[in-house]
Amino acid sequence: MEWYKRTNKGLEPSEKKELPDGLWIKCEDCGEILYKKELDRNAKVCLKCGHHFRMSAEEYIRLLADDGRFDEFNAELRSTDPLKFKDSKKYSDRLKEAMERTGLNEAVRTGCCSVNGMPVVLAVMDFSFIGGSMGSVVGEKICRAVDRALQTSSPLIIISASGGARMQEAALSLMQMAKTAARLALLSDAGIPYISLLTDPTTGGTTASFSMLGDLNLAEPGALIGFAGPRVIKQTIGQDLPEGFQRAEFLLQHGFLDAIVPRTELKKQLSQMLHFFINRKRKD
Amino acid sequence: MNQYVLDFEKPIRELEARIAELREHSKPADAFTAKEIKKLEAQVVRLRAQIYAKLTRWQRVQLARHPNRPYTLDYIERMIADFIELHGDRFFGDDPAIVAGIGRLEQQPVVVIGHQKARETKEKLRRNFGMPHPEGYRKALRLMKLAARFKRPVICLIDTPGAYPGIGAEERGQAEAIARNLFEMAHLPTPIIVAVIGEGASGGALGIGVGDRILMMENTWYSVITPEGCAAILYRDAANAPQAAEAMRVTPDDLLKMGIIDKIIKEPPGGAHAHPDAAAQLLKQALLQELASLRRISATQLVKQRIEKFNRMGVYLE
Repeated sequence: MEWYKRTNKGLEPSEKKELPDGLWIKCEDCGEILYKKELDRNAKVCLKCGHHFRMSAEEYIRLLADDGRFDEFNAELRSTDPLKFKDSKKYSDRLKEAMERTGLNEAVRTGCCSVNGMPVVLAVMDFSFIGGSMGSVVGEKICRAVDRALQTSSPLIIISASGGARMQEAALSLMQMAKTAARLALLSDAGIPYISLLTDPTTGGTTASFSMLGDLNLAEPGALIGFAGPRVIKQTIGQDLPEGFQRAEFLLQHGFLDAIVPRTELKKQLSQMLHFFINRKRKD
Repeated sequence: MNQYVLDFEKPIRELEARIAELREHSKPADAFTAKEIKKLEAQVVRLRAQIYAKLTRWQRVQLARHPNRPYTLDYIERMIADFIELHGDRFFGDDPAIVAGIGRLEQQPVVVIGHQKARETKEKLRRNFGMPHPEGYRKALRLMKLAARFKRPVICLIDTPGAYPGIGAEERGQAEAIARNLFEMAHLPTPIIVAVIGEGASGGALGIGVGDRILMMENTWYSVITPEGCAAILYRDAANAPQAAEAMRVTPDDLLKMGIIDKIIKEPPGGAHAHPDAAAQLLKQALLQELASLRRISATQLVKQRIEKFNRMGVYLE
């Protein structure tokens, strides 16, 4: 069995690079080691390859709101676990855990702020809260944000990051799709603009309701956007999915996005768009 | 038609078979067997009532999927006079998983739209098991807008395991098509009545499900995802679908309690699959009744009430 023995030494496993916690971060895409402070200064966009790291609602607010000032409303709305849902874990426990881990009460934050001097109503989803899923609270907060835009005649911006409707609220979650879409119909009839920004990932019932209903639909580069998740599609059709399938660039090519906006350009481009809708003296 | 029998229906079917056998063997009928048959028939009624009174949610799901259950075209054939099917979304194609057309419900001209399943393999494939592509939703919307322009009510029949998750569907904007329908249906200036006649799964069902009245037939289910889909994700095994159906509370009673639907339409004893004609009559009566109450409301008021109706859905703590 001599031929079976390994004579070559084989490849040496590359030494694990020990990184001091919190100071450096490896790009998920190109592998570049990035200085975290520098990455944060660049709106969490990789300085080498342009990969967009996921951001929290808080980070988007700081990125867009003038002086970081955000007059948040309905922050206290909470889910009550109306179905007493339990799988491997109780839904009420999942909620409690998510609240403790993220410091948020739900998967969306809503409020008023200015973007380069232009007052807007801003809703930002946070994927770290149960996958940014939409249950009764997310639906209600989005609707109230729409109402605020109606009352104040200010443009609405929604930043989506969501796995879809939240299963633990079952049919109630499903109905949030209709509820938010219906509210947006009112906004549209009133002639108030709505800009939707889809970030990584936006899928399921969120994409199939308010996220796709912007007067302008924008996305961040490389964001996964779709109705069904790639795993489900792969299972259903039993084939591998084409390269770049369901990425922002794919959606742009197929006509479902107005533009892909790099995060470093986001504030500037948003305010340009807002000025198209609302004719005001520019501050910037 | 193939007689497909669910496990919990078997005791009923066995009794019914015995009655048929007795009838066959006692020709001409003597007094004794006639009495025996009567006794058995009473037993069937009792047994059926017993079994149907305490169906589990999973059994309800199985009934909703029963292959002998009437599908959209079966109901249309029995309820709608002078029906003409209309095709195509004017953008890409015609989706056989959604049928739509014009006809009359008694005297009232209506647009009818519904998911379409099938019973034979070839036809099942053609109908894609009732799982629409974007062009199906866009065809539905085109005809809803037609209805609104000519002030005709819209009737939507829901029966789908979900919108199709495939490459073409994503390329052509499945999410956008559903979202657009929710948006447009919300302020469509004509009455819309929605009835779940079988399965109502996810956005695929809701895509033709926004209306002034939401009805469910007795043996149907409606939720955010199929029990199998929920089980695969949350319980890591699709075999746990019965538990998922319980946890998601998918039955008409559940949805009535959640404030999502307006009314449950009774089915004939033994279910719509046992008596399609009677089921169609019951559905027709329910639709006529709702239509009569909606006709008195102005289009502007109707839209306002519809948006308010959906705005009330949801449970949260302030």
